[in-house]
Amino acid sequence: MSTQVFYFVATLSIIFSLMVIFAKNPIHSVLYLILTFFTFTVHYVLLNAQFLAVVNFIVYMGAIMVLFLFVLMLLNLNKETEPSKSPLIKIVGVIAGGCLIVTLFGSLKAATITSPLILKNPGLGLVENLGKELFGPFLLPFELSSLLLLAAMVGAVLLSKKDEVEA
Amino acid sequence: MDTGFIIEKFILVAVIFGISLVIAMYSTYAERKVAAYLQDRLGPDRAGPFGILQPLADGIKMFMKEEIIPTTSNRWLFIVGPGLALLCACIGTAVIPWGSPMEIGGKIVPLQVADINVGVLYIFGVVSLGVYGVMIGGWASNNKYSLLSAIRAASQNISYEIAMGLSIIALLLMTNTLSLKEIVDQQHGWRWNVLYQPLGFLIFMVCSFAETNRAPFDLPECETELIGGYHTEYSSMKLGFYLFAEYINMFVSSAVMATLYFGGYNYPGMDYMATLLGPTWAPLFGTAVLFAKIFFFIFFFMWVRWTIPRFRYDQLMNLGWKGLIPLAIANIIITGVVIAILENF
Repeated sequence: MSTQVFYFVATLSIIFSLMVIFAKNPIHSVLYLILTFFTFTVHYVLLNAQFLAVVNFIVYMGAIMVLFLFVLMLLNLNKETEPSKSPLIKIVGVIAGGCLIVTLFGSLKAATITSPLILKNPGLGLVENLGKELFGPFLLPFELSSLLLLAAMVGAVLLSKKDEVEA
Repeated sequence: MDTGFIIEKFILVAVIFGISLVIAMYSTYAERKVAAYLQDRLGPDRAGPFGILQPLADGIKMFMKEEIIPTTSNRWLFIVGPGLALLCACIGTAVIPWGSPMEIGGKIVPLQVADINVGVLYIFGVVSLGVYGVMIGGWASNNKYSLLSAIRAASQNISYEIAMGLSIIALLLMTNTLSLKEIVDQQHGWRWNVLYQPLGFLIFMVCSFAETNRAPFDLPECETELIGGYHTEYSSMKLGFYLFAEYINMFVSSAVMATLYFGGYNYPGMDYMATLLGPTWAPLFGTAVLFAKIFFFIFFFMWVRWTIPRFRYDQLMNLGWKGLIPLAIANIIITGVVIAILENF
């Protein structure tokens, strides 16, 4: 049952992610990205990581994507404002894409099927256990990453302040 | 998963869905009556006795109106917008515990659709998703007023979500659980969370006014500046969906407030009532108490709407970022310190 659900949702994730790239309109791209994140949420639920699922739902689908949509709506991108691409950029793009394909093929060839990883504690994804892990063995990395986020936040506030002084 | 379980949940979902729709319908009637009372008027009184059939008449009117889809709009997203708004409004009811488990014919039936252990966060996720209906609809209308309104709605929701989340954190420090069922059970009798978290409740309530786009924070549909806001281009039942979604949101956030802070289906003297009424009727009485609390909050929403004038946009942002967020953080610190002192000394 859950294997079938996994394959169904995985197919949907791949389709939606491809639609993100192929959609002509940037707003449509963002909407497909939201759907992609929703399928990721379902994946997390299937892995019994409920907390991660709901946080992915709130932060990525609910907050970050709203900001993306917000910025794109303000920019009002359309055909007329799109910068014309020079042939040089196109050639560079083709070369980069070719390199990516070669890398992907190489890694796929080298890949072997490993035995499925079985967690010692299947309830690891539940809030209580996750909290104990984060604030126990992983306290230092957790605090460091929060410091990093704080630094980024202060930086963003400073950048927006600077504009105000000039104006 | 046996069939009985599925049937039981299906009936519960259908009943809750029906109740939310009926309450949303009659909220429109109640809103007019409350407005009329506050402004010393009569309000709707033509359709049926006391105008009680007014919502039905409105519904018929909505369905009969001509359906207009602007030619320059994005057709699919234009239709998706109101649908998404209504969907997000309705799915919030799934995790709210409507009553303590009820005994029907020797079988214990929980009056809650899903007791997931991240219930509070689920509600929060649904709330944060709710803005997409407004944003997509506003953008797809291809109207600058609608677009402005969509952008306003987005920034307003994101700003107030932060304060809302922070106010819930202080509550969670106390309850030690994310399951709504457990949070309600901890408030047995008179031990309602609002007595321990009055500031947290105040912040949460102000934020839920902003999240449901209700006055004094109804900036996205500010008619003096934006015509009708995000639903300017909408007509017929698509407009109805948007208006309906607002009332369902109001119902759900009233239910969440009653559940988190006002004890849900708990009331003083409930143990005595449980022995008096037996295991079948006592939970139903608790549900009635919960609905009384919800109706009070819905009335409060309306009362505020017809009392306080609309905020200006910069005032809204100032209140959110410079008022509520620091207050919520202070609340978390105070709660944390008090809990640490109580546990260690």
